[in-house]
Amino acid sequence: MKQVIFELKHTERLCENVFKSVFAGDTSGITNPGQFVNVKIDGLYLRRPISVCDKEEGALTLVYKVVGKGTAALSEAKPGAKFDVLTGLGNGYDLSLSGNAPLLVGGGVGVPPLYYLAKKLIEKRAKPFVALGFNRKEEVFFQKEFEALGAKVALATVDGSQGVKGFVTNVLPENYSYFYACGPEPMLKALYNATTSEGELSFEERMGCGFGACMGCSCKTIAGNKRICKDGPVLKKGEILW
Amino acid sequence: MVDTKINLCGIELDNPVIPASGTFGYGYEFAELYDINCLGTFSFKGTTLEERFGNPTPRIAECASGMLNAVGLQNPGVKKVVSEELPRLKKVFNKKVMANVSGFGIDEYVEVCRILDKEEQVGWLEVNVSCPNVHGGGLSFGTDAKTAAAVTAAVKKATTKPVIIKLSPNVTDITEIARAVEDAGADGVSLINTLVGMRLDLRTKKPVIKNVTGGLSGPAVFPVALNMVYKTSKAVKIPVVGMGGVSSAEDVLEMILAGATAVEVGAANLVDPFACKEIVEKLPEAMQKYGIKSLNELRGKA
Repeated sequence: MKQVIFELKHTERLCENVFKSVFAGDTSGITNPGQFVNVKIDGLYLRRPISVCDKEEGALTLVYKVVGKGTAALSEAKPGAKFDVLTGLGNGYDLSLSGNAPLLVGGGVGVPPLYYLAKKLIEKRAKPFVALGFNRKEEVFFQKEFEALGAKVALATVDGSQGVKGFVTNVLPENYSYFYACGPEPMLKALYNATTSEGELSFEERMGCGFGACMGCSCKTIAGNKRICKDGPVLKKGEILW
Repeated sequence: MVDTKINLCGIELDNPVIPASGTFGYGYEFAELYDINCLGTFSFKGTTLEERFGNPTPRIAECASGMLNAVGLQNPGVKKVVSEELPRLKKVFNKKVMANVSGFGIDEYVEVCRILDKEEQVGWLEVNVSCPNVHGGGLSFGTDAKTAAAVTAAVKKATTKPVIIKLSPNVTDITEIARAVEDAGADGVSLINTLVGMRLDLRTKKPVIKNVTGGLSGPAVFPVALNMVYKTSKAVKIPVVGMGGVSSAEDVLEMILAGATAVEVGAANLVDPFACKEIVEKLPEAMQKYGIKSLNELRGKA
């Protein structure tokens, strides 16, 4: 974990309530796709945990949905604004287990961390298949970005307004070596039951600190009590108690 | 040069800054970030006889200048604390640690204290009779002067280490409980634990915290805590450890001016993991700014 001051470079709206913000600052604390950062926002007491969508040396990209005061303030911040950020939080995904044809499954605002994951997997010459699920076409984002990376992309919307009508589990390929997922808990649960390989799922919980001190976000697993922020947010399929 | 040293129940501390129980784990997460030997000491996570998962999640809610938590005393149990946490701590912390103890009955408090009494690194037992987040647990001991005194007397028989009783602000008169535990043999009192509160989610129409209520901490509670420290330090002769919303070196000085011997820092650690290190570093400067030569001279002058 590193405490870093980031400067906002620009923010753009991707769809209805989803924004992409790019920041300049030291990203060396972020070591794994699937990790998150915890952003201090003026006037709010607790930091806001947001998954890392992409990082390069000196540049951090966050994609987030506006769900409350914190994310609203972030989306409205002007270029040049400075943010105190704790970086490199959580375990992240384990790339070494991917195999050659990993499946990446994202639902709604669970999609962003899969972007940096797909990038790293393609760097190591794996051929990821990306399955994205949204409620309706107005909420769809990042399909083209994944395609631009060279990944195969399948899309599902619950109301059928774009892609295949139904859930993300309706567009899974037949064969894959391993899976990585991030999304709302009902989606993760459906995926847990539908997948035929081992894999990893990223979870969300209300956090106090984000670095393992307060025990605010604990969950029970086969391997004992875990803190979503420090021992997660990524859990192996085999350790989840469902 | 200013003198930041204080003496807490017979043990000298380099400075009065003590990360509060429940915000500092067993020290390890923070030892990865900075040398925690700069602290006066720290109070480790509330420990019970058996392992506890605690309350269902969500356990955290935010509010203006503070937060609510209903963790519910998640801890690995005292045996694991002794066999795993303390040996790990010893490698990164060469001072005495404050052991925070919780229980659901007098026998449990006594047993946990008896086990921790044998640990050389434990300097003080901070006995929590005031956790607001466990049903039928600590709070019922801390809201009644007689039962608080009974826990104190029983624990005192189980240990030779100084016993500090951690008090609840969720009572009519905190000084009455403080006097009762002093009479029962407490070597000190620490206050305040969190204030009971709640938040509701207008979207789901339900409480944000699954436990419905949680304990309020953070800068929002500082004036309440300061007043209770002020009143209590006048009501008892034993040392008072002040806490509640302390976030800066100036807050530490205010607490000592109100009568505190040492000062615990809680929620601030969760928002800024380096908070206590910075408070320790800024304390001499703040003392100089306000013409304070020693904390012992400042104490209770208000």
